[in-house]
Parts: sequence; C-alpha cells; structure tokens
Amino acid sequence: MLQVSIYRYNPETDAEPSMQDFQIDTSGKDLMVLDVLELIKAQDTTVGYRRSCREGVCGSDGLNMNGKNGLACITPLSETVKSNKLVIRPLPGLPVIRDLVVDMGMFYAQYEKVQPYLQNDTPAPSIERLQTPEDRAKLDGLYECILCACCSTACPSFWWNPDRFIGPSGLLQAYRFLADSRDNATDERLAQLDDPFSVFRCHGIQNCVNVCPKGLNPTKAIGHIRNMLLTRAT
Amino acid sequence: MVKSVTSFGRSGLSDWLLQRVSGVILLAYAICLGGTLVIGVNYAQWQAMFASTGMRVFTLLAILSLAAHAWIGMWAVGTDYLTERMLGTKGNLLRLAFQIGCSLAIFVYVIWGTQILWG
Ligand code: SF4
Ligand code: SF4
Ligand code: FES
Repeated sequence: MLQVSIYRYNPETDAEPSMQDFQIDTSGKDLMVLDVLELIKAQDTTVGYRRSCREGVCGSDGLNMNGKNGLACITPLSETVKSNKLVIRPLPGLPVIRDLVVDMGMFYAQYEKVQPYLQNDTPAPSIERLQTPEDRAKLDGLYECILCACCSTACPSFWWNPDRFIGPSGLLQAYRFLADSRDNATDERLAQLDDPFSVFRCHGIQNCVNVCPKGLNPTKAIGHIRNMLLTRAT
Repeated sequence: MVKSVTSFGRSGLSDWLLQRVSGVILLAYAICLGGTLVIGVNYAQWQAMFASTGMRVFTLLAILSLAAHAWIGMWAVGTDYLTERMLGTKGNLLRLAFQIGCSLAIFVYVIWGTQILWG
C-alpha cells in the first residue's frame, strides 16, 4: 500500500489548509502520479485537481510531488516516491483556488507582458513568411513550452516578485520571439525588458531547468536575452 | 517595463554590469591583499605599501566598488523580502528604513575609508 498525503484546502469553508492521508493499492505497478490521483478520486470524489491530456501535452496538471514540481501524468511513482510515501501539494507561490488547483492569473499576466505573438509590419507575402532551416532551428528548445508553470513556481525570484519578475516561463517565450527571424519588433521588445526586475531578477539558481518536464532551459534563454541587451546597449 | 527609482542605475542592465565589474575589482583587491599577507609583511613594509599613490588609488577603487556592490545587493534583498506583498503596507516602511540604513552605512564606510587612506 502506497501512503499518499494530499494537500486539502477550500478557502470558502476551511480556516486553513490541511493534509489528508490515503492508502492506495497500486497492484505493484509503476503507475503515474496522475493514475494515483484518479484512484484517490474514486475513494473521495471531493479531491480537486486539474488534468486533461494525461500525456504531458496540455500542461494542466503541474503539481508539487514530494517537493519537486512536475506533471503528474508523466511522473512515474518510481521517479518520485521515497520510502513508500508520496506527498502532493499544489504548485508553490500561487493562490490556491481549491486543493491542488491554483490561480494561474499572475503567471499568465507575465506571459501576456512579453507579447507572445509574431510582430512584423512589413507587407505580408501572398503565402507565408519564409524562414531558412537555420533560422527555424533557433526556435528549437523554445517553442515546445506548454506553459505548465512548473518552472516559474519553482523560482524563488518569482515567489517574491510574481508581479514584477517575468519568470522563467515568460522569459523563455520572450526569447522565442526575440530569436524569430520573422519578427521585427526586437528593439521594442528589448526596451521593455531593461529594468531591474523583468529579466534581472533572475539570479541563475536554475531551479527552472531542474524541473521543466519538457527538458527546456529557461536559464540559457535568459542568458541570451541579457546578451542581446548588452549588445544593444551603449 | 517595471518602474524603479531606488535601484543604483535605474536600468537592470547597468546594475547587472556594475555588479559584475565591481565584483572583479573586489576579487583582484582581495587577491592582492591576501597575497601580500600570505607572503608576509612587517609593519614598516605594510605602511610603505599604503603610502604609495598606486595602492591608495587601488584601495579607493575597491572601497567605491564595495559601495556600489553593496547597494545593488542590499537593494535586491530589500525588494525581495521587505515588500508590500510579503509584509503588507508596513513592508514599504521597513524597506525605506532598511534602504536609508544601508545607504548611511555605505556612506560612513566610504568617508571613513578615504580618511584612513589620506588622513
Ligand atoms: S519552460 Fe518547461 S516548466 Fe516552464 S512552463 Fe514551459 S514547459 Fe513548463
Ligand atoms: S535560473 Fe533564474 S529563472 Fe530559473 S529558477 Fe533561477 S532565478 Fe528563476
Ligand atoms: S494532463 Fe496534460 S500535461 Fe498532464
């Protein structure tokens, strides 16, 4: 029997959060954490969490499992469980709506700030804007982000300043558009980032790299943005 | 763009750069002083070393680097932990008091250091 401890909190009825324990029979299988949550849901239908694709694509089930952020649907028990105990909490640093469901508003607000869409005021060609394979290759390791928020909610700088520091996820997306040969708003984009908070609150702790379920490297992207700011500066 | 009036150079990039440059200067100074101490000096040699203009200028540079480095670092600490988000409105007051305290301490160190060097 696997010992599972789940964070429970309903701000409307509970004075404070608490942990609820469950005994789960995994039939000796190396289940994914999401499977365990489904088994728990069968025991207690009031447990709240988000999920959709159950295959690491949608980014809705970012959770904190035994202290480390990740996607429940692609985290096997063998990777996270130690001495037969699994503690599941919501992503840290964001307000809890209920149980494991957090309010991602602050996270999305930062994403919105980086204007995550192509900007190009030259006349559009009849079919599409072309890119060389080399230019296209620059977007690899950037475009794959599924906005699960595992990285930003593992970043101490984002915990302290979620309203002013863009955070690893948003900055990875900022660089995705800075690096795109089809985008020509580079100067305006960089001008928006040159304050002491938006980018420079990153202290290179690399928690973000450590948890990204897609194996992306926001710290590297942040380094590229810093270099672009340096090159542009006088 | 986040507005900030109490940071050292107003721009994140200039603060970041200055933090690196002052760090390198402080490291060079520490190695220089540390090296001298490891090799071993007596009082007369030590005094002769600090009587030279080159060493005094280098020391003053190190003191100013320390001042800038300390301000940028303490400013970051203050705006991480002493904020309205962390402590409510009293966070703003605490941060202001903390920043005034830091700048006073840095000011005293700079004046005191210069006085020792040329006094
Ligand atoms: S960078 Fe990785 S951890 Fe961060 S939001 Fe994107 S996919 Fe999730
Ligand atoms: S490297 Fe930067 S963005 Fe990533 S966790 Fe650390 S401070 Fe946050
Ligand atoms: S349910 Fe879609 S990423 Fe886990």
